[in-house]
Amino acid sequence: MDAVLKMVAQRLALGLLTLFVVSLIIFASVEMLPGDVAEEILGQSATPETVAALRRDLGLDRPAHIRYFEWLGDMAQGDFGRSLANKREITELLGTRLWNTLFLAGYAAVIAVPLSLALGILAALYRNSLYDRLVNSATLTSISFPEFFVAYIMIAIFAVSWRWFPAIVNVTAETPLDERLYKAFLPAIVLTMVITAHMMRMTRAAIINLMASPYIEMARLKGLTRRRIILHHALPNALAPIINVIALNLAYLVVGVVVVEVVFVYPGLGQLIIDSVTKRDIPVVQACSLIFALTYILLNLLADILSILSNPRLLHPR
Amino acid sequence: MAVTSDTPRRSPARAVKLLRESPWSARFGMAVILVYVVAALFAPAIAPYGETEIVGAEYEVWSEQFPIGTDNLGRDMLSRVIYGARNTVGIAFLTTLLAFLIGSIAGLLAATLRGWVDQLLGRTVDVLMAIPSLIFALLILTIVGTSVINMIVVIAVLDSTRVFRLTRAVSMNVVVMDFVESARLRGEGLWWIMRQEILPNIAAPLVAEFGLRFCFVFLTISALSFLGLGIQPPTADWGSMVRDNATLISYGDITPMIPAAAIALLTVGVNFVVDWFLHKTSGLKE
Amino acid sequence: MTDANGDDLLLRIRGLKIEGRTEEGWNEIVHGVDLDLRRGEVLGLIGESGAGKSTIGLAAMGFARDGCRLSAGTIEFDGRELRSAPESARRKLRGNRISYVAQSAAAAFNPAHRLMDQYCEGPVVHGVMGRAEAERDAIDLFERIHLPDPEAIGFRYPHQVSGGQLQRAMTAMAMSCRPDLIVFDEPTTALDVTTQIEVLAAIRDAVEQFGTAAIYITHDLAVVAQMADRIMVLRHGLLVEEGDTRQLLSDPQMEYTRDLLEIRRFRVEERPRPADETPVLEMRGVTAGYGASTVLHDVSLQIHRKRTVAVVGESGSGKSTAARVITGLLPPTAGEVLYDGEPLPARFDRRSTDQLRKLQMIYQMPDTALNPKQRVEMVIGRPLQFYLGLSGSKLRERVRALLDMIELEPDTFIDRLPGELSGGQKQRICIARALAAEPEVILCDEVTSALDPLVAEGILKLLDRLQTEFSLSYMFITHDLATVRAIADEVVVMFQGKVVESGPKSEMFTPPHHDYTDLLLSSVPEMDPDWLDRLLAERAELAKQGRVLKAADN
Repeated sequence: MDAVLKMVAQRLALGLLTLFVVSLIIFASVEMLPGDVAEEILGQSATPETVAALRRDLGLDRPAHIRYFEWLGDMAQGDFGRSLANKREITELLGTRLWNTLFLAGYAAVIAVPLSLALGILAALYRNSLYDRLVNSATLTSISFPEFFVAYIMIAIFAVSWRWFPAIVNVTAETPLDERLYKAFLPAIVLTMVITAHMMRMTRAAIINLMASPYIEMARLKGLTRRRIILHHALPNALAPIINVIALNLAYLVVGVVVVEVVFVYPGLGQLIIDSVTKRDIPVVQACSLIFALTYILLNLLADILSILSNPRLLHPR
Repeated sequence: MAVTSDTPRRSPARAVKLLRESPWSARFGMAVILVYVVAALFAPAIAPYGETEIVGAEYEVWSEQFPIGTDNLGRDMLSRVIYGARNTVGIAFLTTLLAFLIGSIAGLLAATLRGWVDQLLGRTVDVLMAIPSLIFALLILTIVGTSVINMIVVIAVLDSTRVFRLTRAVSMNVVVMDFVESARLRGEGLWWIMRQEILPNIAAPLVAEFGLRFCFVFLTISALSFLGLGIQPPTADWGSMVRDNATLISYGDITPMIPAAAIALLTVGVNFVVDWFLHKTSGLKE
Repeated sequence: MTDANGDDLLLRIRGLKIEGRTEEGWNEIVHGVDLDLRRGEVLGLIGESGAGKSTIGLAAMGFARDGCRLSAGTIEFDGRELRSAPESARRKLRGNRISYVAQSAAAAFNPAHRLMDQYCEGPVVHGVMGRAEAERDAIDLFERIHLPDPEAIGFRYPHQVSGGQLQRAMTAMAMSCRPDLIVFDEPTTALDVTTQIEVLAAIRDAVEQFGTAAIYITHDLAVVAQMADRIMVLRHGLLVEEGDTRQLLSDPQMEYTRDLLEIRRFRVEERPRPADETPVLEMRGVTAGYGASTVLHDVSLQIHRKRTVAVVGESGSGKSTAARVITGLLPPTAGEVLYDGEPLPARFDRRSTDQLRKLQMIYQMPDTALNPKQRVEMVIGRPLQFYLGLSGSKLRERVRALLDMIELEPDTFIDRLPGELSGGQKQRICIARALAAEPEVILCDEVTSALDPLVAEGILKLLDRLQTEFSLSYMFITHDLATVRAIADEVVVMFQGKVVESGPKSEMFTPPHHDYTDLLLSSVPEMDPDWLDRLLAERAELAKQGRVLKAADN
């Protein structure tokens, strides 16, 4: 067990380190701006005096490393500063939007994970069958589609022609859960389609890869049924790769959400970051990037730790 | 049991045989790629109107004059779709090429030299990959500004991390082989080992990866353009064409889906070809 | 063994044909083989790789690997035809009445489950006994085959148990349903010789105690001589010869069988070490290792001109590490390597081109020692170009001459890729590549162990001829004492990173010895069918006197 604890601790430390470096990059990238935020705010017509005054106001005249640690400290306490565009507290802007994005991603994940695992295991079980080839072609096609294409197809069919679901998802903090689920159904399905294809293909590959191992042949020669071989002999060993597949795709989900949110005008983080990039509202972009990166790193960290915990060689050392 | 590996002399006859044995999906993919290449190369000759020429009213419906109507500024949609092959595909191709140049050389160096070079490159890539690439691209583009050159460089650098990982991984499998050790012990230099001993043995997975990377880059650029942060107007580009004309969809007009379909069709085609290629060469390496 | 036509016939195979899938379609691997096995009889299947022996063994269970199919013939097990039987019927037999012991137990045990769970799975699934009963039975069997700590070993995971023990545990698992037939597929091939003895003894005990019939598959005639009542010799998917073990060994009818028996008779006359000569290559007090672990402890050895020094030891003895130190891939932490009395730089990239040229290496696996994308001409031509500066027609001529030397027809082979060569041909190309550099010393790292016996012997003879022709010195790293007997002048025995004994071959093969050398020498199977019995009796006798010869693994 000690070895496992040590490895888990190592991964955690590595994750923290990565997070630190990422925050450094996000902070430093702004420092590389020609000019600085003060000039950016005031625009080209500003006089050197007003720029200097604003700089003092924002504390930009102090050395970079001190500002970095202040910025990091503020972030850690949930204080992301103010937006350049409308001077509002960024924390306020983020609040409901973060929740909305997590809701949408979670919604898609709840449908996609069981679906793709089932499809993947079935495809591995009936390898080279008509079902396998059909699913293979279908997922390959679905991977190839840009998200906005899938989204507009959905809108054209389900929102415009049949009017089953709204094309624009306007949810607020007060929207009750059932209405939320109904309104967010189309974007959730679009996201599901995109990641299910990936997850299903990777699950299938992981299991097929395992089916070639000598211990699976041994299981067959012990006269076990196919079902028992897959569930009892292949699956426990496929756990680590499958966990990785899921984490990778959930991490992808958080990013894929950006485009889908824009298409459905869904009030989430993705929408916010795009708006802010267009307006060059740097503090908001910084904050959003950090949150996306944090989610991404945490999911990958979780996958790492879970695959350590599912490895019998590590759990039961000699 | 040793299966006699298929290591034929390169010959046109063999290529024809390979083509004839290819499944329908791969043939379909190759046909699609061919059509796009032709469209990209001969766009001015094929397109009925100029790329940025305003030829009619805004949002004109499909007609004999404008087979798929006009766009939000009154430019011919069909001509812009054709020019889009040149712009969108061309830029994606260049970006992928750049990403490969950076990623594969770095990956080969890391695998061959190992030691601190490997550590340094590996750790850098770990950090770059810890940030989702679309988000990273957005952050950088906010700062350096949205231009085609900036986008190409940013996406190529971010994407080269994946090429690096793959190149390094497959090279590592080759580097541990005795024939590489034998070449080292003979006293061969770095360039010979990379070029003659390793590269020929990792060519197949790299070619396949090029196809997959191209699709990924192509989709990323389209997504950025769709979000208004990629290829800028008035250049005809499929992603931004969807964005500019998206309002039509709520009126039941599917014209804006045509450039989106053009993107989808090419990625499907490339994926089909790569899938077949991987299947063919899977005997060598994953 | 009673009447042959009687009811005690357990397995009857007639006209069995097996096909494998290739790029071009189905290709026949086994071309119509007949096989009879009586209850309680042990049948040895022997042949080189590609003879189809494993495929036939699996076919006895009505099983074909993915990409193979049983295309013709009948397989009657206890009166029931298996080839046409439904899969569910075959499944009921497998693991229950016919079971299988795989070559590598380490790979064939599922890493995710404890040994006990895997042992009990068969009996429980087939409804032979309940879980509790199966566990008791497992402990009993583990004890019978002398596994250490039989009460507890079942509750370990496969990776927590050594290779030799796992192989015995797998034999126990195969016995769990008390089958009528067990197929042993090269069960000791992956093990060291000293470990092999215990596994062989365990298998034989188990089979005898329960009167189980067995098919014992191996490429080693000496091993099968200990195990089998009857032997079938296979080649290229056809039966060559069949007969009772003793009769087949003493009076083989076919030439191929005779060749197989002859193999271990090739001997090079021992040449004495020249007096007062500086050894061409010398390791002096070398200590080396990887990271914190030291693999070599103060190793010294000398190689003289035109002599062959064999370095013997089992896996983990440090013999390959010694080669890495000599070639400069692993700089030692202490000691040095001398060439002609002059110290060599510790790292290969500090050595001069000429120093590199004089010391060449041939590897164990010709498959990985040749770049699959380089044609023979380039493989052999590159050292000529690199070291000797040859080019154009001179280069090509020299390549052709080298191909002649290694007995491969230049016109046929010069344009081939390694994928188009057999294992033995590949190894010959590797030899030509080493020879092209015009070396003085060649390190041979287990050069014959990946090859079939007859092919291996051809390689040894070739190396011997080249040694005289080009005044070469060889350092032969091997675990195979037969190879040592055949080709060495001097022998160095290594054990756990130390040289435990060294000297001329003639001395090394006459007692008395260091304990380990004794263990190693006595563990090499001999063609004599009584050898294992005699050896076990001798060891039991020694044990009474308090001298225990046992593998480190146990």
